[in-house]
Amino acid sequence: MASQTQPLLQIENLSVCFPVSAGLFRRSHQAVRAINNLSLSLHKNQCLSIVGESGCGKSTLALTILGLQHPTHGSISFDGKPITGAAQPGRMQRARMAQMVFQDPYASLNPRQTIHAALAGPLRLHGLRNKGEVEDRIATTLKMVGLKPEQAKRYPHEFSGGQRQRIGIARALILDPKVIVLDEPVSALDVSIRAQIINLLLDLKERLDLSYIMISHDLSVVEHMSDRVAVMYFGQIVEEGPWQSIFANPVHPYTRRLLAAIPDPFTIIRQEDITRKDMQPPPLSGFSYYPEEIGTHDVYQSPPPTEFLTVGDDHKVRFIAR
Amino acid sequence: MSAPPLLEVRNLHIDMRSGQERLNVVENVSFSIGAGETFGLVGESGCGKSITALSLIGLLNRPLAVGQGEILFKGQNLLKMNGSELRRLRGNRISMIFQEPMTALNPLATVGRQIAEMFVLHQGSTWHEAERKAIAALAQVQVPAPDKRIKNYPHQMSGGMRQRVMIAIALACHPDLLIADEPTTALDVTVQAEILKLMQELCDQRGTSVLMISHDLGVIAKMCQRVGIMYAGHLVEERAVADLFRRPAHPYTHGLLASLPVLGQRKLNERKPLQEIEGIVPSIAAFPTGCRFEPRCTRASPICRDAVPGPSVLGDYSFVRCYHHG
Amino acid sequence: MRLRFNLLFGGAICLIILTLGVFAPLFVHHDPILDANLMNAELPPNADFWFGTDSQGRDVFSRVLYGSRVSLTVGIVSQLINSCIGLLFGISAGYIGGRWDEFVSGLTNVMLSIPSLIFALAIMAILGPGLGSLLIALGLTNWSWTCRIARSSALSLKSQGYVQAAKTLGYSDIRIMITQILPNMIGPILVIGTLGMGDAILAEAALSYLGLGIRPPFPSWGSMLTDARELIAVAPWAAIFPGIAIFLTVLGLNLFGDGLRDYLDPHMRTRKA
Ligand SMILES: Nc1ncnc2c1ncn2[C@@H]1O[C@H](COP(=O)(O)OP(=O)(O)OP(=O)(O)O)[C@@H](O)[C@H]1O
Ligand SMILES: Nc1ncnc2c1ncn2[C@@H]1O[C@H](COP(=O)(O)OP(=O)(O)OP(=O)(O)O)[C@@H](O)[C@H]1O
Ligand code: SF4
Ligand SMILES: [Mg+2]
Ligand SMILES: [Mg+2]
Repeated sequence: MASQTQPLLQIENLSVCFPVSAGLFRRSHQAVRAINNLSLSLHKNQCLSIVGESGCGKSTLALTILGLQHPTHGSISFDGKPITGAAQPGRMQRARMAQMVFQDPYASLNPRQTIHAALAGPLRLHGLRNKGEVEDRIATTLKMVGLKPEQAKRYPHEFSGGQRQRIGIARALILDPKVIVLDEPVSALDVSIRAQIINLLLDLKERLDLSYIMISHDLSVVEHMSDRVAVMYFGQIVEEGPWQSIFANPVHPYTRRLLAAIPDPFTIIRQEDITRKDMQPPPLSGFSYYPEEIGTHDVYQSPPPTEFLTVGDDHKVRFIAR
Repeated sequence: MSAPPLLEVRNLHIDMRSGQERLNVVENVSFSIGAGETFGLVGESGCGKSITALSLIGLLNRPLAVGQGEILFKGQNLLKMNGSELRRLRGNRISMIFQEPMTALNPLATVGRQIAEMFVLHQGSTWHEAERKAIAALAQVQVPAPDKRIKNYPHQMSGGMRQRVMIAIALACHPDLLIADEPTTALDVTVQAEILKLMQELCDQRGTSVLMISHDLGVIAKMCQRVGIMYAGHLVEERAVADLFRRPAHPYTHGLLASLPVLGQRKLNERKPLQEIEGIVPSIAAFPTGCRFEPRCTRASPICRDAVPGPSVLGDYSFVRCYHHG
Repeated sequence: MRLRFNLLFGGAICLIILTLGVFAPLFVHHDPILDANLMNAELPPNADFWFGTDSQGRDVFSRVLYGSRVSLTVGIVSQLINSCIGLLFGISAGYIGGRWDEFVSGLTNVMLSIPSLIFALAIMAILGPGLGSLLIALGLTNWSWTCRIARSSALSLKSQGYVQAAKTLGYSDIRIMITQILPNMIGPILVIGTLGMGDAILAEAALSYLGLGIRPPFPSWGSMLTDARELIAVAPWAAIFPGIAIFLTVLGLNLFGDGLRDYLDPHMRTRKA
């Protein structure tokens, strides 16, 4: 199994808090707890999907991995070397480890830069001075994402949403990073373009040996793309496992609720009952599922101590001792 | 649909003007929405859904403008109204959930103030009352701890929360027509289900009509009675929702449904690539003269290239624009 | 069409005024200062004195032309200083946020609550009259609008995906502010800037009137206007021509700013092609 080897990206006991300002020149002691003691690992050439409630801290986790947000506690290591805390590398080194594809293809490209400028800038910044090499790299990257090198002279508004998302992917690939964080990569795209982008991402993953962390609300996309799935609730992982176990045998009540709420057009039209036929499995003895009740947490309080226990092959669920 | 429609759009054309040149971005779009009805609009990204929606509330900006057509709201032509009449309708009788919450919200004001403002402007509430109403409105869209959240600035909220703030603003004054442009893209499925239920209640109890623009066909299937499919500025198909999914008529609609990743389809040891519609949307400046889907269509024949296909009627409020539909 | 018109027409006005000012000696046949002759005082416009003469018999035409040198210098230089200060404070406040932002916002509010002319007056009182102190006084006192616009644009731009992307690609904060944030607010800043030049030209007139501007015999449109105030009934031309010059310059600047904003907008650019 993949879990025998060392993970490419390892997140340990990560917490991120945002202080709540209580007005001018005062700092309150309250803080929004966006991420609470979260541990997670990503293996090479895997796609790990993170699903969860809106506001549970997924984007904050993504920003922390990319170094755009400082952790309050805990650590993240890349290839065994810590990238948070004292030994933290600078932005330049980080840039070659992980890159991100953003949700909104319109806001993620600078309207005043041509595609060429957007791709050449980072290359020059990272020391590629030779003009020929820069051009080569841009041309190959654009071809990789299915665009023509001639199109590089254009401005973002001359591209459709799907093409812009391809440009966003090209920008994420230009520095040849190992990990790509995809925050809702296809939710702004229409169905037919969504299929193109998903196929492209899967193809690139194999060709370039990339690893993905994907955040998505669209569970059919998650099922199609992931190797592993982590279900997040209030800054913690409440269930994690290989995609087939999560989709076929979901254990945690929150996961089951998510899967039951998927609006699948064909079942809706057939007015089928999509509630799961199988029963909620009982928790391990001596434990209850955590959270017991959904939607009752207070984002200003840290959650109670809980345990993340194995329920099946490589499949873990969060419990609280009774 | 039996009652006279609340909104009727007739032969709407939207042009992009630059100097002497006029490019047709949206051409000859007609549809109507009855009271309490939800009409869906689906289509390729960039096909003109959002600008059609913006034109309904007079918010199109240069270089875009309505070229010809009529937009009748309760029998009155919105295109003939002046600025102050439109402003009175906007936010009060017609409201809109914008596609990009980050650009539609003011980064310099707390979200509580932005919601409360609606009550002050349109219902004459005092700021104090309005604040209470704002908290209730946030609670209604499932934002936890709304009394604390009203003090947040937009950048302090998650994407989904910002989107729910937009929804709260749009629903604040119980509009007669709600234009929802991708209202739930940033929401997880459970919150999405709650929000859709809230909208549905509004339709049932207050007779609110909804224009629902979405890429999520599940949302469309759940919310809408009738659906229009747009492609490159044309309304190419309009159907009752069940017919659309059971018997799509236009080749583009076929392609859309086929490229949907369907849950439970992936097998343990194989992953088939999703089906795509080959090719890309033509650019506005280079729209084909005939059927605009022709360059990508598998059923195309020479007549498709000559003239835009007229509507073939398939039933009440139901048509397709294609020479070889079926 | 309209885009080009604003840009070209406004630009042409500015260019003509600039040329007339710079090459003034080529166009005039009277010295603006030395050719004072009370025998010629208050003559209406005629073949020799195109714009007439003032109370001391000096040629209004040549004074208007030479005066543009002062007015344009004051307008351009002081607004440049204003824009730089406003952009520096505004972008950094919006982008960095926190205490620095609170400080800058407080400062701009204070600046906005005191009329900038009074502020300039105080500075002039300390530095004494003259062109240099005029530039400093007007350049330090009218940046609050630029700063506000820059701050709010930076605040909304910094959460855009491309700014986040630039950070993940390794761009430093300074580089992000210069390459990603600044170019996206240039439109409104230019418009404010051209309006500000007009303001500065008018402020120069006001300060000259109070004896704090350019010292007398040297002409500036402001000092000409104020000198002509008593003559308005007998020799209106002495006031009308510098007035028209100010009006045309401000108009030209505004048209040019508007056209430039549209021209710089990439949406407009490619569609013309
Ligand atoms: N302000 C604008 N200036 C110029 N062109 C514009 C402007 N806004 C939209 N367009 C163009 O009009 C067309 C229709 O855009 P619209 O935003 O309506 O698409 P859409 O159907 O809503 O797409 P999506 O699903 O991606 O939101 C696009 O080709 C777009 O490039
Ligand atoms: N800059 C900030 N200041 C204060 N609080 C913040 C900030 N950024 C995020 N938060 C808070 O942290 C929590 C997690 O936000 P995050 O954006 O990570 O959620 P998310 O899981 O991405 O949600 P969504 O699916 O809606 O995008 C939220 O409660 C949010 O209000
Ligand atoms: S009209 Fe012709 S080209 Fe157009 S969709 Fe129908 S078959 Fe295809
Ligand atoms: Mg998010
Ligand atoms: Mg849109």
